[in-house]
Amino acid sequence: MKERSRFTHRVSAPIRGLGHRFAFLALVVAAFALMLVGKADVAMMERFRTQVTDAVAPILDIMSRPVATANEVVAEVRVLGVIAAENRSLRLDKERLLHWQVIARKLEAENKALRAQLNYTPAPEASYVTARVIADTGGAFAHSLLLNVGVQPGIAKGQAVVTGDGLVGRIAGVGDRSTRILLITDLNSRIPVLIETTRTRAILAGNNTNRLRLIHLPPGSSVSPGDRVVTSGHGGAFPVGLPVGLVESVSDAGISVKPFVTRDRLEYVRVLDYGLKGIIDGSHPTGETMEGGKAQP
Amino acid sequence: MKPVFWSRLDLTARRFTPIGLTVLLVLLNIMPLQVPGLAQVMPLLPLMSIYLWAVHQPDLMPVYAVFLVGILQDTLSGVPLGVYGLTYLIVYATVLWQRRFLAGKSFVVIWVGFTVVAAGAVIIGWILISSLHSTFIEPGAMAFQYLISLGVFPLLAWFFMRWQRAFLDHV
Repeated sequence: MKERSRFTHRVSAPIRGLGHRFAFLALVVAAFALMLVGKADVAMMERFRTQVTDAVAPILDIMSRPVATANEVVAEVRVLGVIAAENRSLRLDKERLLHWQVIARKLEAENKALRAQLNYTPAPEASYVTARVIADTGGAFAHSLLLNVGVQPGIAKGQAVVTGDGLVGRIAGVGDRSTRILLITDLNSRIPVLIETTRTRAILAGNNTNRLRLIHLPPGSSVSPGDRVVTSGHGGAFPVGLPVGLVESVSDAGISVKPFVTRDRLEYVRVLDYGLKGIIDGSHPTGETMEGGKAQP
Repeated sequence: MKPVFWSRLDLTARRFTPIGLTVLLVLLNIMPLQVPGLAQVMPLLPLMSIYLWAVHQPDLMPVYAVFLVGILQDTLSGVPLGVYGLTYLIVYATVLWQRRFLAGKSFVVIWVGFTVVAAGAVIIGWILISSLHSTFIEPGAMAFQYLISLGVFPLLAWFFMRWQRAFLDHV
């Protein structure tokens, strides 16, 4: 028995080795082919990606729940320690906000009156869908999230995703049970923005770090650290005025923007639906090149 | 007849655990852990797993599984398809090629082997993604990810060693 197995091994090992080598080479070729196809047919790859993500989404959903619970417990305990100080600062905040409320009421009334005089058409109100983050694709290579909602009214490719702090990203793909978000910090993200005070237009580009770069500013425009950056609504993809970040530094190397939303704290996000059908539309051919990240300014 | 069937089933199930664990690590790698700064420098858990099984029991981690794990990670993490697939194939082939220097050696040797292999993997991934996007990606986060992976490696290696002793000693 032992003799036989040794003999079989002696004969079969080189054959198996050859087989392995062939399988390895075939798979390497397959990997390169996938990269090329991914470059050539973005839509097909996106469909494939969506199907796989859909299949895994329920598992991710279940796996991410204990993590979320643990985080909540940690947060609760941490809050207990600073409850008195927080209470004090909240009281101060309340007084300050009450003062602002008076001003806001006055402005609202004034605004209403002026709008009535001008026959102003208000911007469409947004409806939104709240979803839970079930995956944060780790690593330095891509910045995206997966949400636990699938195709339904109010969820479509290209829509803005926000939290209370500001813009998170936009929807890159929708499946039956999952939705992929391209974060604003991703290499492929290009967002038309405005400097809030000067109304200077620019494009905010991600580069896979946690800072954003402001590019394609008109010549002669001035930007200084501390300026707020908001979405401009150009291109029709996003509504106007969603807060994105603060200008952090201006130098020869470029203008760096710190986003309001930090990736680590994302648990629930809102998908905004303004009924906008902009240039980022899955069915449109130019929309596809937009998806590929080669957004023309 | 029956006992044979059950023991076969048991054996098959055990033999699949390396692949199963690696898939689990792919999923674990993209959990939103909400630890500040972690998402960007998440340790390369599936890479460690493939390296470790290639060193210890390559017959339980066949080459097609390595490829499929890579494609799964590509798909879920949103990088161009084929990047992790190719990277893991190269890692796997490198380990099998140099296996006589690694298999059965002390832990430190295996760790040092990982520092070399992981560096290669990170650089290959970086080159692939930079060229596929035709831009220069900041290497800072990647360097951190690499260093953190080196630090986490002993933990996973210990866990897999225990696993191997408990479930895979006789397969």
